[in-house]
Amino acid sequence: MGATAMTQTTPAHLEYVLRLGDAALIHGQRLSEWCGHAPVLEEDLALANMALDFVGQARMLLSYAGTLEGKGRDEDALAFLRHEGQYRHPTLCELPNTDFAHTTIKGFLLGSFNLLMWSRLCGSSDKALAAIAAKSLKEARYHAEHTGDWVIRLGDGTDESHRRAQAALDILWPYTNELFAANPTDDAAAAAGVGPAWSELAGEWEAAVLPVLQQATLTVPARTPFQSYGKFGRHSEHLGHLLAVMQHLPRSFPGATW
Amino acid sequence: MERKEWPLWEIFVRSKNGLDHKHCGSVHATDARMALQVARDVYTRRQEGVSIWAVKASDIVASDPDAKPELFDPAEDKIYRHPTFYKLPDEVDHM
Repeated sequence: MGATAMTQTTPAHLEYVLRLGDAALIHGQRLSEWCGHAPVLEEDLALANMALDFVGQARMLLSYAGTLEGKGRDEDALAFLRHEGQYRHPTLCELPNTDFAHTTIKGFLLGSFNLLMWSRLCGSSDKALAAIAAKSLKEARYHAEHTGDWVIRLGDGTDESHRRAQAALDILWPYTNELFAANPTDDAAAAAGVGPAWSELAGEWEAAVLPVLQQATLTVPARTPFQSYGKFGRHSEHLGHLLAVMQHLPRSFPGATW
Repeated sequence: MERKEWPLWEIFVRSKNGLDHKHCGSVHATDARMALQVARDVYTRRQEGVSIWAVKASDIVASDPDAKPELFDPAEDKIYRHPTFYKLPDEVDHM
């Protein structure tokens, strides 16, 4: 990309890419916590594979964000050496896994969103971002399918799995408000053709998500005015703990390689 | 405690177009869609495949290991069934 992309970079453009990168990074980190702990070996690998997809997306996006920023920060510096308030992902990504149902519902809500996001970003005026989107879209298709199937299995499964899936949906649903909240960064990015304002995706997202939840016999909670503000760097109490684990090694042993 | 195992599926992967699907192992899965998905996650993480078949293990009819003597031993002394007795022209490679 080099010079041309950098001369066109605006703060909103950078922030938009950074947010995508942070969302992939933090969601991937949460999924990776399942490694070795999933209910069955097959799902353990599936979760680890998805975690690696997200970390891979985060690497591309954060590397690119570093290029756009032009201050010499690489993917590692952005992933591991920022403070809590500097991360720009929506709060939903950082919420604890709690149990397999929470992980599944969260993965599905985010996965369905990612699928729409990457589809739209394939047509971004930013060619580098469009290339990342083309690669990520394939992964997102699988994530949405895999998590969607699990939502139905859990919701329309046993009394216990239904109870857990409903409890997870009740807790996580209000955080989806933030995905579609109006945002000045989005407006600027949309005006420049970088990518859609996330609020534009609300209708399509509901059209994709609601039928699956219905098939899963889950009750969709009523919308409330609740708002979270992760996109502005105001995070829940959970992010600090996540970062402590994720950043421990690179901060204790700067520049470590193995 | 009662432990209900998910059904077992035998997994066959075609490594590239033109080759046969080869048996590569098995997975536990609750249904056919899940069997394909987890087979993809377990057996094609390193680009091993372009196509997957999943077959319910319970649907496979297998020969009885104890029946080996009557099934397979009789072929032992019929070496004339091998094509090694034919002389191939020199132009035929890779046989």
